[in-house]
Amino acid sequence: MTITGIAAIGAGLAAIGAGLGIGKIGGSAMEAMARQPEMHGKIQTSALILAAFVEAVALFGVVVALLQG
Amino acid sequence: MTFSTFRNTLFLVLSLSFSFAVFAGEASENPKKEKFDAKEMIMHHVKDAHEFHIIDINGKPVSISLPIILWTDNGLVTFMSSAFHHDDSGHHIVEKNGMKFVKYHENIYQLTDGAHAIEFDADHHPINAKKPWNFSITRNVFMMWVSAIVLILLFVTAARSYNKSEGNVPKGIAGFVEPLVVFVRDEIARPMIGEHKYKKYMPYLLTIFFFIWINNIFGLIPILNGANLSGNIAFTMVLALFTFIITTVSGNANYWKHIFWMPGVPVAMKLFLMPIELIGIFTKPISLMIRLFANITAGHIIILALMSLIFIFETVLIAPVSVAFSLFITVIEIVVTAIQAYIFTILSALYFGMATEEEHH
Amino acid sequence: MDLVTPGFGLVFWTIITFLCLLFILRKFAWKPILGAVEDRENGIKSALASAENARKEMENLKADNERILNEARAEREAMLKDAREIKNKMISDAKDQAQEQANKMIEQAQAAIESEKKSAMLELKKQVAEISIDIAEKVVREELSNKDKQLKLVESMLSDAKLN
Repeated sequence: MTITGIAAIGAGLAAIGAGLGIGKIGGSAMEAMARQPEMHGKIQTSALILAAFVEAVALFGVVVALLQG
Repeated sequence: MTFSTFRNTLFLVLSLSFSFAVFAGEASENPKKEKFDAKEMIMHHVKDAHEFHIIDINGKPVSISLPIILWTDNGLVTFMSSAFHHDDSGHHIVEKNGMKFVKYHENIYQLTDGAHAIEFDADHHPINAKKPWNFSITRNVFMMWVSAIVLILLFVTAARSYNKSEGNVPKGIAGFVEPLVVFVRDEIARPMIGEHKYKKYMPYLLTIFFFIWINNIFGLIPILNGANLSGNIAFTMVLALFTFIITTVSGNANYWKHIFWMPGVPVAMKLFLMPIELIGIFTKPISLMIRLFANITAGHIIILALMSLIFIFETVLIAPVSVAFSLFITVIEIVVTAIQAYIFTILSALYFGMATEEEHH
Repeated sequence: MDLVTPGFGLVFWTIITFLCLLFILRKFAWKPILGAVEDRENGIKSALASAENARKEMENLKADNERILNEARAEREAMLKDAREIKNKMISDAKDQAQEQANKMIEQAQAAIESEKKSAMLELKKQVAEISIDIAEKVVREELSNKDKQLKLVESMLSDAKLN
């Protein structure tokens, strides 16, 4: 297997991690919004920020993959 | 009125996105028999270019020529990119001031004396050429200026309309712009930085928000051939650098104390946290840089990859599927343009807020 | 690899463009727009505050009016009460005075009647005495014209007066 292939697998793993993380954030945010609809705006903002943080970690992985590819 | 303006804008963007599909189809319908390389095509679209390539008609590229500005050992050299005659393989040599230049994969090399074609070693380093400092007005620089001019026209007109109206009532374009400005102020700056300090950062936050947003949108407009400015790491690096500089400069004693000697934890923990926090100073802007770059570039790559399916499978039957999918992705990307601008701005504001937070134990 | 290497030219132009854009927009767009928005918000806030003030003033005025009205009412009540008291007092005073006067008059009348009665009694006594003397004179004269009768009388008198 070439280094590019391994990099692609790395990018895929990073995507899995981020997917799990963002899924958890999104699910919890939905639950929280359903429980407290009046806090809708604040929850959405926090969820977006947290998703961005989780995403950043995955994107680091993707960039490492890009550097190899 | 605001809503209808917004709807019209959205419709315009949508219809332009759709025409992208048409253009992409036409552009590659030329009867070249060479094998279609999706990766090269996508990379060509995603990366910067020295000319504004619009369309290929019967195999002849139609493009806007852009100025090339180089700083060589012998001083400044300028010529138009049309001098390369669309050559990107390093074969066409442009002679200027006694120096020979070639363009290879959108990089411009200065050939050493006596060389006739650029040659590379095994590590893709040129043997007989070197790179001069390249200040060329590339496609991205050109689009950046266009977007800057659009922003200035839009917002200065909006600001002017306040003077004309009685009692500061927003009229015309200001009615469209004001809610966005107030959104940045009330949803981003105020909650993240705090009521007392947000005013100082407002111009910066507003500028990056709208600069990123408009460039994200311009990147999606296909007639501009997806000048992928906000998906270019140089652009995002500069913006992240500004955020980093402002955060570092405005950091107060409390901020630095939290980095070097975290209060409220045991000494061992303080020593453990210090390097982490120190790295954190740099990872924050780096993550800003990479997030914007990767999100926007990924969107472009996905749309282009879906389009490439037609040429990879070499059948037009797949076209409805790929057009439908890329339309779907384009609509998502339109949302992403706003979300990424929002995320970049709100995280910048968050970092400013962390840097200026007062001690309250 | 090429994708994640920032190009020098683009970095340079982005810095310049961004700084220019920041400067121009800050001066000609953000300041007027934010200023206008803030002015309007302040205007609305002050309008609301002045409306609130006016409302409060109105309330104060109302309360004042109410107070004044109440005071006036209380004063009227007090005045009426005073008047009533004065009236009652005057009536009772007048009654007392009248009573007194009447008493006095009755007393005087009684005194006059008493003195009249006394003088009348005295007159009566005097006249009775005179009449009795007259009668006695006449009787005596008649009696003494007849010797027998004189003697008889003397005798009866003596018998009455014996052993006393």
